[in-house]
Amino acid sequence: MSKEYKTLMTEIRLPYELAYGPVWTRFFEGMAEKKIFGTKCTKCGRILVPARSFCPRCFIDTDEWVEVAQTGTLTAWSYVNYRYYGMPTEPPFISALLRLDGTDVDFLHLIGGFDVSDFEKTRKMVKNGMRLKAVWSDDRKAHIMDLKYFKPA
Amino acid sequence: MSKKVAIVSVAQSAGPASKDNFYDQAYRVTRECLDKVGMTRDDLGTVVSASSDIFHGGISCANAYYWETTGAFLKNASRQDGESLFAFMYGAMRIMTGQYDNCLLLALCKGSENPENDTCTLMFGDPFYHRNLGLTETTSAAFQMQAYMEKYGVTKEQCAKVAVKNLGNALRNPYAHRRGKYTVADILNSAPAAAPLTDLQIAPKSEGFVAMLLASEKKAKKLTDKPVWFKGYGSSLDTYFLGDRDLLKTQLRTAAAQAYKMAGIKDPKKEIDVAEVTEPYAFQELLWCEELGFCKPGGAGKMIDKGTTEISGALPVNPSGGVLANNPYVSRGLQRLAEGFLQIRGEAGEHQVDKKVKTALAHGTHGFAGQCHAVAIIGV
Ligand SMILES: [Zn+2]
Repeated sequence: MSKEYKTLMTEIRLPYELAYGPVWTRFFEGMAEKKIFGTKCTKCGRILVPARSFCPRCFIDTDEWVEVAQTGTLTAWSYVNYRYYGMPTEPPFISALLRLDGTDVDFLHLIGGFDVSDFEKTRKMVKNGMRLKAVWSDDRKAHIMDLKYFKPA
Repeated sequence: MSKKVAIVSVAQSAGPASKDNFYDQAYRVTRECLDKVGMTRDDLGTVVSASSDIFHGGISCANAYYWETTGAFLKNASRQDGESLFAFMYGAMRIMTGQYDNCLLLALCKGSENPENDTCTLMFGDPFYHRNLGLTETTSAAFQMQAYMEKYGVTKEQCAKVAVKNLGNALRNPYAHRRGKYTVADILNSAPAAAPLTDLQIAPKSEGFVAMLLASEKKAKKLTDKPVWFKGYGSSLDTYFLGDRDLLKTQLRTAAAQAYKMAGIKDPKKEIDVAEVTEPYAFQELLWCEELGFCKPGGAGKMIDKGTTEISGALPVNPSGGVLANNPYVSRGLQRLAEGFLQIRGEAGEHQVDKKVKTALAHGTHGFAGQCHAVAIIGV
């Protein structure tokens, strides 16, 4: 870390308290109940997940709540095999976008539930289009990681 | 366009760590930019800075650092947060109002002092959902790369060739941070990151202070006999939620279409002589070339195989080495434009392209998987 010239090592730690707002609150309370909530736009008919307070495309409120399926299809993924600040779990792990059944946008989460220690073996197993199913944590805190990962269905 | 705007001078700092402090570096680059055209601080019209003070500067004290160093005090100045090519348009518009006859743009980033790039980009994610899943610029780019290769059959070798080309071009660029003669195998066998990306396909974190002086037509002709004219600009951005987007159909198409229309460009592949694009991840140069209309969707793999985008090719892309060679986060778009300016003037030194350059394209992007894009066209 240290350089041959004079430097100042400094770190900024500031506390913030952020409001979830009613929509995120309900979405994350759903996580604690092992439920994935989306909202439906009455104009374009899309089901957005995670739930949103408005449809960005139609720019109107989305006040219809929908509990969405816990199964879906893989649309994009990455085998993450390096350490970084804020990583959600120990590497290697698979970060992924999946389309939950009946919804109209992709949902970001992790894929797991099998041995991912070897990339080549993992690559043979994980394919876009593969079917996935939610696995829940036993210790839930109304947090996105209450949903542990999606495993091959 | 009713009022013409020219770029008359540029200056930039080098990418590796410098023992100079942020304040002095900002001053030196400004000073060099003004000196090149014999400008004094008194002559300075207005100033626009481009930076991201908290995460890519760690200073959060722009007022302490920016206004003496750019000569802006007692004058009009304001700050733009995020990608610096956006600041270019703000500067050009100030001149178009007729209120100022010149504008200094200064992009500032001292990456060597920062945490890792992805420690910062993690903070681009909202704090409730994306951030807790560890989404960064790198993991979102990895999704995009995987989807890109799968959709079009572009190979990992073709993606790696971008890094071979750009890090090789950087051998000729004295400002570059990372450079070298690599093989495709070297790139693919570099340290693992977020697959299919490997370490050498990911831009470093660099320093980059880039100053650019814009002037009205009248003022430009007084300052230089080689003004480079602003011809066209476009920018567009997509929704934030990654899952709401088509990662392979980006707003670069919209930005490019606007810029081409403004510049009167009908066939970019023929009319653009050199392009400098922002490719923090190697494969993105291929995808961006397609989105810019240099080839059909999925065609950029073949284009790099043919050598079209080499420094000696028909349409050189990133002769400077691009962002893979030098990644001063928010400064990178304005740095692309500065490189285009040097190519048009024949002042790019060892990385000057072989052919005559009349029209150059510069591209900047920020946000996950190219959420926001800007395109500028300049020419003689
Ligand atoms: Zn809608």
